[in-house]
Amino acid sequence: MHNPQLNKHGELQHLLTLDGLPRNIINAILDTAAPFTEVAEREVKKLPLLRGKSIFNLFFENSTRTRTTFEIAAKRLSADVVNLNVSTSSTAKGESLLDTVDNLCAMQADMFVVRHAASGAPFLIAQHLYNTGRNDIHVVNAGDGRHAHPTQGLLDMYTIRHYKRDFTQLTVAIVGDVLHSRVARSQIAALTTLGVPEVRVIGPKTLLPTAMERMGVRVFHDMREGLKDVDVVMMLRLQNERMNGALLPTPQEFYKVWGLTAEKLALAKPDAIVMHPGPMNRGVEIDSAVADGAQAVILPQVTFGIAVRMAVMSMLAGQ
Amino acid sequence: MPNLDAEALCRQLAEQMRPHVTPATALVGIRTGGLWLAERLHTLLGLSQPLGAIDVSFYRDDYGAKGLHTKPQRTEIPFSVEGAPVIIVDDVLYTGRTTRAALNELFDFGRPASVELAVLVDRGGRELPIAARYCALTLTDPLPPTQNLQLERDEDGTLNLRLIDA
Repeated sequence: MHNPQLNKHGELQHLLTLDGLPRNIINAILDTAAPFTEVAEREVKKLPLLRGKSIFNLFFENSTRTRTTFEIAAKRLSADVVNLNVSTSSTAKGESLLDTVDNLCAMQADMFVVRHAASGAPFLIAQHLYNTGRNDIHVVNAGDGRHAHPTQGLLDMYTIRHYKRDFTQLTVAIVGDVLHSRVARSQIAALTTLGVPEVRVIGPKTLLPTAMERMGVRVFHDMREGLKDVDVVMMLRLQNERMNGALLPTPQEFYKVWGLTAEKLALAKPDAIVMHPGPMNRGVEIDSAVADGAQAVILPQVTFGIAVRMAVMSMLAGQ
Repeated sequence: MPNLDAEALCRQLAEQMRPHVTPATALVGIRTGGLWLAERLHTLLGLSQPLGAIDVSFYRDDYGAKGLHTKPQRTEIPFSVEGAPVIIVDDVLYTGRTTRAALNELFDFGRPASVELAVLVDRGGRELPIAARYCALTLTDPLPPTQNLQLERDEDGTLNLRLIDA
């Protein structure tokens, strides 16, 4: 079967999802990211790799952090970055997604970083580029609907590997609003591909997709039970903006049952790390004492995110 | 073909450099062979500045054509480059493109007082205006592009030069 993410030599052509991405490619991205972390400590925080390349950040959905980290990553690689806040431009005037892409291709784009509220939008763009024979243009999914957020999943894997070294001995818990979370889907795909023996998903029934077990995870509806002896706690953001209908009582009640407090964290292994993809809702899914505590690696995640995105972009553009 | 005894050449190279190094001299080895050599020279010359390591993968001029080489490693410069007399160390000098990349990378850490180049073997075939100040062996007949000369290190740490058909 044709994997739209890989070219005919089996190299990364686009990064659309971690689902089905071979283990050796995930490991290659993580290995490549490691030397990029050092660039931030230099006098000149820039590498010449993508000199002369044009990267378009196509954000059909608002995002500050992800867009900024992609922008910093591209700039540290010396690429020219153009940010298009599409929600307020041509699309508002009625232009279709693929017309926008064609226009930017006519401006000699080398790469698109795409965020879209509709699942599959980056795939649609990749397919369009393939059908029109533009194989020298690459697509990076920066989050599509409820589907995938592969660079977030990769930076989470980089963080886990940094602190825990070996994936094959770990128990990892993903906690909270899995239903609306593309981050959780990418995390689960990567964790299982990398051989984590036990991935747990913890949350209320209304915020977990049905038939989660088919993704190879253990489901817990009791947070205390689910956190017992885990090595890694991955919190998710409560995505109020994506909720239609009464899935939850109030944020305060959610916090009471599903918020990560020091008392609940004590059930995990003493050296467990706490992760969060941001932006955090303090006092909703996580207590401030935990978010700022010794076990939290939330800010290192952000720093590693730049190196991981540099690795992805330089692997794509160098094909 | 002259005798390619890497251990003997390494000692000769250290003796060439000895009269010119000062307590301020900093060595930077180019990964991987150049770094092995630099580790040896650092000990033989009793240098006090910590040893630097450069991986030029992100500065190569063939990235556009070949992409990223597999497994780039960390560049580590544990001293202040600003105002330092630096010697770049590599195992084999060939086209000069690796040296060019290392120079560019080094300057992103600051402005050194001077930069010199030390190599075990100059195999000829230069494509850039680059020459080594210290060189243990210059091949009178340049090697053809079909041959690859590289430094290898045994498990016990012994250095060997190996000629391979590319």
